[in-house]
Amino acid sequence: MNAHLQPTGSAYFIAAETQVAESHTLSVLVDNEPGVLARVIGLFSGRGYNIESLTVSETEHQAHLSRITIVTSGTPHVMEQIKAQLERIVPVHRVVDLTVRAKDLGHERPLERELALVKVSGTGDHRVEALRLADAFRASVIDANTEHFVFEITGKVSKIDQFIAIMKPLGLIEVCRTGIAAMNRGPQGM
Amino acid sequence: MSATENQMTGAEIVLQALRDNGVQHIFGYPGGAVLPIYDEIFQQEDIQHILVRHEQGAGHAAEGYARSTGKVGVMLVTSGPGATNAVTPLQDALMDSIPLVCLTGQVPTSLIGSDAFQECDTVGITRPCTKHNWLVKDVNDLARVIHEAFRVAQSGRPGPVVVDIPKDIQFATGTYVAPSATSTRHAYEPKVQGDLARIKEAVELMQGARRPVIYSGGGVVNSGPEASHLLRELVELTGFPITSTLMGLGAYPASGKSWLGMLGMHGTYEANMAMHDCDVMVCIGARFDDRITGRLNAFSPNSKKIHIDIDPSSINKNVRVDIPILGDVGRVLEDMVRLWRATSKQAGKEHLADWWTSIARWRARNSLAYKPHDDVIMPQYAIQRLYELAKHRDTYITTEVGQHQMWAAQFFGFEQPNRWMTSGGLGTMGYGLPAALGVQIAHPDALVIDIAGDASIQMCIQEMSAAIQHDAPIKIFILNNQYMGMVRQWQQLLHGNRLSNSYTEAMPDFVKLAEAYGAVGLRCEKPGDLDGAIEEMISVKKPVIFDCRVANLANCFPMIPSGKAHNEMLLPDEATDEVVANAIDAKGRQLV
Repeated sequence: MNAHLQPTGSAYFIAAETQVAESHTLSVLVDNEPGVLARVIGLFSGRGYNIESLTVSETEHQAHLSRITIVTSGTPHVMEQIKAQLERIVPVHRVVDLTVRAKDLGHERPLERELALVKVSGTGDHRVEALRLADAFRASVIDANTEHFVFEITGKVSKIDQFIAIMKPLGLIEVCRTGIAAMNRGPQGM
Repeated sequence: MSATENQMTGAEIVLQALRDNGVQHIFGYPGGAVLPIYDEIFQQEDIQHILVRHEQGAGHAAEGYARSTGKVGVMLVTSGPGATNAVTPLQDALMDSIPLVCLTGQVPTSLIGSDAFQECDTVGITRPCTKHNWLVKDVNDLARVIHEAFRVAQSGRPGPVVVDIPKDIQFATGTYVAPSATSTRHAYEPKVQGDLARIKEAVELMQGARRPVIYSGGGVVNSGPEASHLLRELVELTGFPITSTLMGLGAYPASGKSWLGMLGMHGTYEANMAMHDCDVMVCIGARFDDRITGRLNAFSPNSKKIHIDIDPSSINKNVRVDIPILGDVGRVLEDMVRLWRATSKQAGKEHLADWWTSIARWRARNSLAYKPHDDVIMPQYAIQRLYELAKHRDTYITTEVGQHQMWAAQFFGFEQPNRWMTSGGLGTMGYGLPAALGVQIAHPDALVIDIAGDASIQMCIQEMSAAIQHDAPIKIFILNNQYMGMVRQWQQLLHGNRLSNSYTEAMPDFVKLAEAYGAVGLRCEKPGDLDGAIEEMISVKKPVIFDCRVANLANCFPMIPSGKAHNEMLLPDEATDEVVANAIDAKGRQLV
């Protein structure tokens, strides 16, 4: 009946992806113990998920809890899997998809902020222009001599991207960014 | 206990913690970084240590032990190569959800990171192949960590864990705490009780079904004997047909009237057709593996799907389901059976009559048929005879990986859970022999048979020596066709019959090999001699290697070819060895 079937070239069944990937910000509450970050990152690399931004710090010292904020992208199915896989890790307490939660709360996005240190070197007009623009972006000068500035800037990712792009022709030397810190609006916790 | 009584060395703590977690047997291999623990093992008699010949063997033996008893399997290995050799069984246990505690030695804490002799980053290497792992850096944490390891390994979806213990921690003195005095971890609380509203919804859906099928898996076996009992009750109550994955065989008896046989790539025609044409699918403790589903976008296209699983990440992973029920299979089935009894008005099962008629039609295709031979033993026939001669005994079966494994699954009927040990997820050649050793240690008087292939058996053959040492009369039943049969089958199907490296040119003489180990070697080449030879194998009270010479070019059918759906199976009567070989050969030439 089916002897006419042609074998394909693989032992696996590979189906084409039909959903569209979108960016999500996840908050992961974990026990602050050795190796926990490696477990989370290993899960992402091992299962082929993206990490676009990663921020980790202890947030509740007494309870030994750390909060990991991950910006990743994937189709709704993949996002559901990422969340379920993260929750399987033994020291993971909670995983909240802040992007989904924001929508549930009636907001477009969660609050997402990043801090960057931006070193710019130059003299004359470039120097004056850099300082003027930094002021417009509400960046503050945290180190300077006659030939350079180090600016500290916080804000949305897009604002920092823009500031860095503007500084490029004005003598941008180096940039350090923290990655995104995020939480949702309103009185409730994560 | 006074404070001083609670003071012990790390090595003493290890033994005490094992004792307090009910451990009677451990499988292991000594080495520099675990010598203090081995010294403690020497000085006690509560826990029996089974010395293997390779750490991989220790892991698979512990898996066989765990799978056949429902208890946690324990292995003990040294640092460096000991730990890296344990990686294969750890991943094997992870994929098949086998509870395993692996204790590894480590170089002293002061040397960690210095590339010391036999050092490796054990927690780093085993992080992705364990459910969780720990490096113990303070002897006072040791007891708590071991207790936690046992809890994590056997709760929720079971799996392997590693506790890495540096040598100085084994020598250091610290406080022992009992399991009951150890506080449980806040973050890890697997959900076992299913959501009642969802279960109710599922029962309503099942009651309205006209073409239902139950698809059960290894989760039923893992949940314990009560879950298998409840599954049988559910099948009886509902009158639904039932199929199972490779891992779930035995949860429902193969002799049961609702049994369709195994499903999937080498499953029966009736099981796969029922999966394809059903209107309600009840997946119980299985995970929609790619060997089960076939082409995903053609998988059971017209059914509503219910999925019971304890692991949230298994739900909606490969296949979207309509009613997911998160919880322990046993607990959920208990509620399901109770609700069915309370709400089912239909005493009869007439509404399923048409469905059973369809199934009877599919069954009549006799998809496991093969051509018996008078002078050559067909591998299927060998398994059938083995089954007939072993079925009235207290029998446990393990397998290696390949064609013989599929034939064993197709032709050996399992009536009880925990009787079938096979490497399903990882597909580890070399699993069967050490697993049989582990099973035999747990069940000294049982008949334990490793159904093997001539290629697989050579991957962990060294454990014959361990079987002799520990008086474990395991039977190694080799379906010897001189090939890596499954590799060859795929080469015939996909690669124009170019049999690249799948023929074993220098096969050992398995009879002499058995004798060299101090075991009994038997060989059988004629169908007429088979029963007598199998009976001899069973009656021998020593380990046996049985070299069963079978038809060299037999292939495993039925089969869902790659990229095809459940209703596009290749059946044996239309795909004889010759036809397949020739047909694919011609196609293969065009493809080159």
